Amino acid sequence: MKGKIYVYLKKQVLDPQGKAIENALKSLGFEEVKSVRVGKFFEIETDSSFSGSAKERMKEYCKKLLVNGVIEDFEVEAVEE
Amino acid sequence: MAEIEVNLELARKHGINEEEWETIKKILRRIPTYEELGIFSAMWSEHCSYKSSRIHLKKLPAKAPWVIQGPGENAGIIDIGEGYAVAFKMESHNHPSFIEPYQGAATGVGGILRDVFTMGARPLANLNGLFFGSPDNPKTPYLIKGVVAGVGDYGNCVGVPTIGGQVTFHFCFNGNNLVNAFTLGLMKSDKIFRGKAEGAGNPVWYVGSKTGRDGIHGATMASAEFSEETEEKKPTVQVGDPFTEKLLLEACLEIMEKDVIVGIQDMGAAGLTSSSLEMAERSGSGIKIDLSKIPLREKHMTPYEILLSESQERMLFVAKRGREKEILEIFRKWNLDAAQIGEVTDTKRAEFYFEGKKVADIPIEGIGESSPLYNRPFEEPKRFKENQNFNAGAIEDVKSLKKVFLDFISSPNLCSRKWVYRQYDQSVRTNTVMTSGSDAGIIRIKGTKKGVAMSLDVNPRLCFLNPKEGTKCAIAESALNLAVCGAKPLAITDCLNFGNPEKKDVMWEFVESIEGMREACIKLETPVVSGNVSFYNETEGTGIYPTPSVVMVGVVEDVNNIVNPFFKEEGLEIVLIGKNDPVIEGSLYLSHFFNIDKGKFNFVDLDYHRRLIELLLSLSSQKLIESAHDISDGGLLPALAECFLKEGNNIGAELFLDENFERMDAFFFGETPSRVLVSIKKEKCNRLKSICQKFNIDYKIIGKTGRNILKVVFNNKEILNIPLSEIFEKWEKGFERIFKK
Amino acid sequence: MRATVIEFLGSNCDHDMVYFIRDVFKIETEVVWFTERDLKNPDIVLLPGGFSYGDYLRPGAMASRTPAMESVREFAKRGGIVLGVCNGFQILCESGLLPGALLRNKTISFICDDVYLKAENRETPFTSMVDRILKIPIAHGDGNYFCDEKTLEVLEKEKRVAFRYVSPDGKIDDNWNFNGATNSIAGVLSENKRVLGMMPHPERACEKILGSEDGKLIIESVISFLEKTDG
Repeated sequence: MKGKIYVYLKKQVLDPQGKAIENALKSLGFEEVKSVRVGKFFEIETDSSFSGSAKERMKEYCKKLLVNGVIEDFEVEAVEE
Repeated sequence: MAEIEVNLELARKHGINEEEWETIKKILRRIPTYEELGIFSAMWSEHCSYKSSRIHLKKLPAKAPWVIQGPGENAGIIDIGEGYAVAFKMESHNHPSFIEPYQGAATGVGGILRDVFTMGARPLANLNGLFFGSPDNPKTPYLIKGVVAGVGDYGNCVGVPTIGGQVTFHFCFNGNNLVNAFTLGLMKSDKIFRGKAEGAGNPVWYVGSKTGRDGIHGATMASAEFSEETEEKKPTVQVGDPFTEKLLLEACLEIMEKDVIVGIQDMGAAGLTSSSLEMAERSGSGIKIDLSKIPLREKHMTPYEILLSESQERMLFVAKRGREKEILEIFRKWNLDAAQIGEVTDTKRAEFYFEGKKVADIPIEGIGESSPLYNRPFEEPKRFKENQNFNAGAIEDVKSLKKVFLDFISSPNLCSRKWVYRQYDQSVRTNTVMTSGSDAGIIRIKGTKKGVAMSLDVNPRLCFLNPKEGTKCAIAESALNLAVCGAKPLAITDCLNFGNPEKKDVMWEFVESIEGMREACIKLETPVVSGNVSFYNETEGTGIYPTPSVVMVGVVEDVNNIVNPFFKEEGLEIVLIGKNDPVIEGSLYLSHFFNIDKGKFNFVDLDYHRRLIELLLSLSSQKLIESAHDISDGGLLPALAECFLKEGNNIGAELFLDENFERMDAFFFGETPSRVLVSIKKEKCNRLKSICQKFNIDYKIIGKTGRNILKVVFNNKEILNIPLSEIFEKWEKGFERIFKK
Repeated sequence: MRATVIEFLGSNCDHDMVYFIRDVFKIETEVVWFTERDLKNPDIVLLPGGFSYGDYLRPGAMASRTPAMESVREFAKRGGIVLGVCNGFQILCESGLLPGALLRNKTISFICDDVYLKAENRETPFTSMVDRILKIPIAHGDGNYFCDEKTLEVLEKEKRVAFRYVSPDGKIDDNWNFNGATNSIAGVLSENKRVLGMMPHPERACEKILGSEDGKLIIESVISFLEKTDG
């Protein structure tokens, strides 16, 4: 199974990196930029030695380790092979 | 993979010339294999063989009773007493830092840390010499941000405080910024490890990160021949992994406690090739390695690539036989890959196998003894005399002292460096007793009264104007920076950054610089115990100013006696100790305000300088003075300001001058070596005067510490009066302005 | 009194913490490796600072999921005293022992500097002796304390803000809140006030020669608290 996980800061959490990048883009002349949020992207490969749906399994990865629910949200894409 | 035909043409692409090619064939008595060509090319590169510099480096003094290990090892070591020794070295990471400032600087710090802990020393302090182009150069802000973050993040993560260094801006670095990284570590003087491969049959181990295609033979791979290879085979920027470095550091120090290590060495430049050959060469032994056993990060790596990979955070060591279990246990504890990859032999040959086939077999003596040695031609360039003849008489003198002073103190080379050093952890390991913003960095040695002091110095402008005298000044200043704090200078490490040595004038700069270093180090009794040469700092034919950075290391006998530069109370006498004959020729003032790097600056009188150092050591041990600061770049007035420019400080100074000076610029901003500003209680002045007389050093009271202003009175007339807050504001914000341009 | 310092892979203030407790205070100190579950019967557990797991993923995330931390969680549940400094604070938040999280500094960069701290609640095991503004170093890239508004309300109401960043003369001032922490929060307490996480490093302010010994007041408070509860 292959999975893609996107993790990003919750809307209400300040993202100073995103803010800095937003300003940098604007100063390069991309004035259309309205906001930038920086996140993380995980690409995970597994074997099939687990039961249940791959997507649910990936959500468990997130809850147990990959995501800090206090500040982060996530999205999971799982592709079963 | 198809066999690659090895011939002169391919050798040339490896940077090997015809003469060297013939020598290789003579050594091997045959045409080298592709892998062997790679090995020779790496070992005989300027970086590994010092072929252009060796003949000159030999002239440097390397011995003193306190020197335990001189040049030729991973780092130099000196005895500091009470059973302790310190290992230290400086190394350049210039080119990588220009291409990818963050990773280039970070991996530079990583490499120098490994050189030090390889010897059994725990790294306790870092310094960094950073040299950037003009602040107006569009690339400069990007480079500073990347380099400073890279230096900081790596050292911070490993947990080694960065307690000083130098940040210099000059247009000569526009195309080549410099990153010179220094590390100092502490060890018991009877527990030293060296890069040796002794005892035939002893196993050779590999530990640390897995090997990838990082930084393989940059020069070779970039050639047309290889450009059609797949994308993944191109050399990649080396990426630092400070977490693994930290694990490697702890694991190595733990294993060194166990009496299983015979010899150990970092896999630095030219990776496995140079580490294995150098270890065997030092011991006069042979080494046999099975490249199939190297832990790999990428698939389908060839033996050539494995031999030359410069992946970071890897070590090679030779262990005693039969201790495999203990070794594996320790590395497992630290989550590190360790593999037995070969053994020491008595054949005096380096043999490399891959999948059962021998891919390289080279006599080790051959590669060392026959390694090319060049006495490259050198010649004094015309500009040298022309520059010396420059007369500053036509330069208009200062009109508004206040305006010039405030402009100067907020200029890129004099303003506060806090923006930089605030990004460096300075207090981890709880040893730091003096850090950036003072004359030197000092750590205390727990369990003793002692401290170890260090200062990184060089003035590229002076070295450009006169490489020999400029280099002397660098060493003299570094020694003085230690002495003002109360530390006795003991030894130096250097990082010699120059342009293309195949150019006669660059080679002349190098030869002159070495001569200056030799004279200064002999006179000050501070041998050169380790170092590094970085040539080819050129872009499109324009080279950097000669930049021989040095770090002086010394010892403070009692850390409670350390003297810092800051004024501590009102009403102290301010005394200028030393020869006060400043000139603006060759000064920062002339360079900054007039864009002129010309003139004959004052040379350092090493006998006088040595007496000044001894005088200062005597003052600190007697606790006679309240503060001391050396006068260097920028001259008297900026140096005076540096004695009060500190957050929260409100003690200023009033100067009362009666001497006849011809020009304000020379008096307030001119430069000359061997000058120090001290503050002292009035009742102790006579004592200070008599000690100065004893050492035959000039002495003059020039003012008093006072309330929160800087005031200068000349012949009873006030010529300067500025509130400290105004000076502080200008000085503090100077660095940020570089990013706002 | 007995102390235990937990070492994680990559901790780099572990030696400093041991020096602080064992050499400066002469307290019997055990060092427990993160794979161990036995905490060796301590009165206080100390989580040191310094880039466990290289701060990869999130600072403190991986360390908080180790066997030793399971035992620390149980120890805390039983009312044990726990002090986490810098990365130790991050680990405590990641492990759920303290609310909130530590975000990237508002400057984005790492900051090493002296900060000034005011003890906001003197009736805790860590603050009874803190009778003045403390000068203590910080050294971190992720020290910007964050929690949602509801949690913040609870923290303030229950007086669980142990320390706030202040100016040298004790005033709350954004210019002295270098990392941008919510409500200038430098240290947070658990509900029972026996678990403290703080970004500044008291162990680095432990001797005059280092520029400050204010950090000692925190451990002196703990000693005094334990003496009282023992008696």
